[in-house]
Amino acid sequence: MTSGSTQAHAPTPTIPGELKVIHDATCTFCGCVCDDIELTVKDNHIIEAKRACALGKSWFLNHSVEDRPSCTIDGNPASLEQGYDRAAQILTTGKYPICYGLSDSPCEAQRVAVSIVDWINGTIDTTTSVCHGPSGMAFQGVGEVTCSLGEVANRGDMILFWGSNPAESHPRHFTKYSLMPKGMFLPNGRKDRTCVIVDVRRTKSAKAADIFIQIKPKKDFEALWTLRALAKGIELDPDLVHRETGVEFSVWSDLMDRMKACKFGVIFFGMGLTMTRGKHVNSEALLALTRDMNAHTRFVAKPNRGHGNVTGADNVVSWRTGYPFGVNHARGYPRFNPGEYTTSDTLANREADCAMMIACDPMANFSQPAREHLATIPYIALDTKETPTTRSAAVAFAVATYGINTGGTVYRMDDVPIPLRPAFASPHPSDYDVLTAIELRVKKILGIT
Amino acid sequence: MLPMSETFILIPGRTTDQGCGVSEGKFNDRYQKAINALQVAPGDMTRLGLTEGDRVRLTGEEGQTVEVCITAAKKDELPEGLLFIAYGDISSRMMTGDTHGSGMPTSKGMEVTMELIQKVVA
Repeated sequence: MTSGSTQAHAPTPTIPGELKVIHDATCTFCGCVCDDIELTVKDNHIIEAKRACALGKSWFLNHSVEDRPSCTIDGNPASLEQGYDRAAQILTTGKYPICYGLSDSPCEAQRVAVSIVDWINGTIDTTTSVCHGPSGMAFQGVGEVTCSLGEVANRGDMILFWGSNPAESHPRHFTKYSLMPKGMFLPNGRKDRTCVIVDVRRTKSAKAADIFIQIKPKKDFEALWTLRALAKGIELDPDLVHRETGVEFSVWSDLMDRMKACKFGVIFFGMGLTMTRGKHVNSEALLALTRDMNAHTRFVAKPNRGHGNVTGADNVVSWRTGYPFGVNHARGYPRFNPGEYTTSDTLANREADCAMMIACDPMANFSQPAREHLATIPYIALDTKETPTTRSAAVAFAVATYGINTGGTVYRMDDVPIPLRPAFASPHPSDYDVLTAIELRVKKILGIT
Repeated sequence: MLPMSETFILIPGRTTDQGCGVSEGKFNDRYQKAINALQVAPGDMTRLGLTEGDRVRLTGEEGQTVEVCITAAKKDELPEGLLFIAYGDISSRMMTGDTHGSGMPTSKGMEVTMELIQKVVA
């Protein structure tokens, strides 16, 4: 077993017809990374996932061993060896190779992906760039005052959600971390907390709120700046605030009074900030507000991360290259420039001439210009499921599912590393296996010993 | 006579059905149904004479178009003037390539015009 292999956490064998129970399994559908799931396995199918939310249940119960070839080349079944050879050939003959995805791979595999990109002087990017990449830019500009989810559960008495709908994106967020837990300093759980939700529409999460504030679309920056002014005691024109934000000044003023009066405030934020007009500037405004609030009381912020190991990708790419996403190695050293080296741009601008897509589905989720260009270049795809991306790939690998078939390490949204506890084995190779094999061949082609 | 097109703000987002559908398979019914239903506020539907299942055309700021069937948003979940759809092919088609130097294409809050192209057949 090689260092960094996910086989150190291989699942125990399943005996046909018998039930096997996995305790404290880790769900990797969303960034909550719940590691208290009890799985019941029968004949290599998960038939029950106790404590999992709707998204987690669907994740566990629908990831059985897929009856399809582990490798296809141009849509035709091929051996893994042939696939690895073709993949390495694609990556080493391109002038502008890109590698994207990684948010549903364990850290051990992500590390190999970074190595491959380094060898081929390529560009590595993760799904962060179309999720909280703007927040990552804001971290660099403003800084992040933050804490672990455990601290939120134990101390957070004022919980704000801004542009985030955890009821549908992170269904156990309220119960496991942010609203319901009886914490060390919050013995009455929900009753000791105030929940405020700010959004442009009354989402399903709004039912959980004590205060719901519906702001005008695309006016998050103005609303956050209003709060910053209130935090700093700057006088504002109430009519202007109302016109700009769609919310009466008195509502913001009342909210600020409550924020100042709390003992430990937390702002969770989501795509409502990063995906709309302003993008990273919206995130900067929120992070700056959080920082400002610490003049009055303890306040922290945390982005709600969407995928199980997107935070792991941030960590791995950061510690390997110095930057969290959108990193180009064309000059032999890492360079970071969102908008230039991020995948939405390298595809939409028709710069990438080959690609490797790992645990992602840009053919479903990217802009039309980006998708149209991706369809014209050779690319490799690794995924547990058949997707629009795998269907159009030059080389497609059906891989084992991390956390269900293979072990490894993932990072929860608060940067806490958590081990995976897999349930049953798969005949398909893991991401780690595939990427290690490709790296070997890439190095051989390039004459790297 | 079909109504003139009107401007709305499109908000794509995650839904439980879309999220569960990702795990069930993107070519399966649950995912496809979730990503191909455009939610319209009940007040807007009444005002524009729209019916559940009508087919509309959305046109984005750069002329990109999609056709999709509509469904009424629940109660007061969606304010008038806003449209909601689960992340997927339709919402991706409305995103332009410009990321404004951030790496993130504008994926929420897109201004679109909506015009009715086909009434649902009873």
